Amino acid sequence: MKDTEGYVTADGRQIGGVLMEMRDITLKFGGVVAINDISFDIREGEIRAIIGPNGAGKSSMLNIISGFYTPSVGEVWYKGSKRPPMKPYEVARQGVARTFQNIALFEGMTVLDNVMTGRLTHMHAGVFSQALWWGKARDEEMENREKVEKVIDFLEIQAIRKTPVGRLPYGLKKRVELARALAAEPSILLLDEPMAGMNVEEKEDMSRFILDVNDEFGTTIALIEHDMGVVMDLSDRVVVMDYGKKIGDGTPDEVRNNQDVIDAYLGVPH
Amino acid sequence: MLADIFINPFVDMFAAPDFLMQVLWEGLVSGILYALIALGFVLIFRSSRIFNFAQGIMVVFAALTLVGLHAYGVPAWISVALTLGVMFVLALTIERVVLRPLVGQPDIILFMATIGITLFLIGFGETIFGGENKVMISSELGIPTGDTVMEPFGGLLILQHLDITVVIVATLLVLALLAFLNYTQMGRAIRALGDDHQAALSVGISLQTIWVLVWFIAGIIALVTGIAWGARAGVSFALEVIAYKALPVLMLGGLESITGAIVGGLMIGMLEKLFEIYWGQPLLGGNTETWFAFVLALIVLLFRPQGLFGEKIIERV
Repeated sequence: MKDTEGYVTADGRQIGGVLMEMRDITLKFGGVVAINDISFDIREGEIRAIIGPNGAGKSSMLNIISGFYTPSVGEVWYKGSKRPPMKPYEVARQGVARTFQNIALFEGMTVLDNVMTGRLTHMHAGVFSQALWWGKARDEEMENREKVEKVIDFLEIQAIRKTPVGRLPYGLKKRVELARALAAEPSILLLDEPMAGMNVEEKEDMSRFILDVNDEFGTTIALIEHDMGVVMDLSDRVVVMDYGKKIGDGTPDEVRNNQDVIDAYLGVPH
Repeated sequence: MLADIFINPFVDMFAAPDFLMQVLWEGLVSGILYALIALGFVLIFRSSRIFNFAQGIMVVFAALTLVGLHAYGVPAWISVALTLGVMFVLALTIERVVLRPLVGQPDIILFMATIGITLFLIGFGETIFGGENKVMISSELGIPTGDTVMEPFGGLLILQHLDITVVIVATLLVLALLAFLNYTQMGRAIRALGDDHQAALSVGISLQTIWVLVWFIAGIIALVTGIAWGARAGVSFALEVIAYKALPVLMLGGLESITGAIVGGLMIGMLEKLFEIYWGQPLLGGNTETWFAFVLALIVLLFRPQGLFGEKIIERV
């Protein structure tokens, strides 16, 4: 498959060219090698999963994509050009939004305010016109509000718009976090274990939302997940990691029949 | 004795309601200034968990710069603009030189750093502008003098025009700040940063920009407070003390709460005046204003350790 060529998924969706590419990524913390020479790509419009047992380096990989970690070796290519080392907020402004494994919301603020912060990457008016609620700043605020309300409707959290996030149950918090990321209208959406700690019903809801987001907005999604069943149903292509190495990459069916993957999950002596 | 504490003060209040109004008015004027300074503290604390010890000296420094610039022959309003510029440069410098290298250090280290900033500003201010008392350039800035006399309940109520101006300006500034924090994206970013740094980074908030911004806002507040207090009491390093009055306000209101800062400031301003006039002077020989606020805060803390409006921290184990 060439960079610019796409492919057609099992359910008939057309996937585009390469949006983000990780090239020979290695990440070391002191003497510990968390990620060992891994390459893979994420294509426009697809749902790409990164799976692997505990400690495989999945979260580290997500942190590299979102700029929280800088790889020791290797390059990140985004939208056809090599990305220089960046701070997380700069990466966010380039259209990479994310959620966190342990939910990172602004607990003291309402759901609406939380989702509004997702629009910060689209802020153009200066501090002073904002301070004076001036022309451009006011128009922007209105426009942001409209987009945010759409996201809130979409994720069915209208009823809790004005509730401080700190008071919400876990499942809803996860959904608010997704809403905040979505409000940024990201080119690529990173989900760090979106289903962790959820019950079956909540997992089903979340899966539906992830599929809907991809379907409705055409958002490219990269997600990390523990729950094999969920991942195989959701994703178009899967990267499997184990002990910092890539042991499999392909469609869910290909991965399921890969002997290394089976070994990693069922366990063979290392 | 008991009557002096529990009955007579209230009898006095009802006997001379005009005087009571005068006392409350004066309490309100200082209260709103306390609230303003406390807001400066709260903003910085919320966005960076730094307890800014230097807020007091920033008041002095702003007032000194303003008066100093005018003394060099700069017209009054241009001096104000230049002083704002100086406060902005100060915010930039503090972020770059002090805060950025200390990111991620324990809170107490950052607190110590603000004490360092305080000492530096004292020395720097004295070197450049001298340590002697100065007069605020009130008339040059067009701050009205004189007073309005009213006669409620057949009594006498004197409102200094200076005080009226202070109340109006401070109220407008407080309202503007509230609107900024609640209804603009920058304001949301400031509040967000205080809640969760990681999440803030992930939505594209730059720590550095927000820190410069809040320290600059604290600088603007310092300038307004400096002008107001300077006009009433002259510009000297003693002004720093009024910022320490913001401490009991913060304890009372809660360190994170903007509402708390405002309500706490007004409460302390008025209660300390009432206590001084009706209890302090007749029973304790006066001068209770120096300590009353602290005792009040202490009593509140005994019952509500998080302050009246603070966030109660509940940890699950």
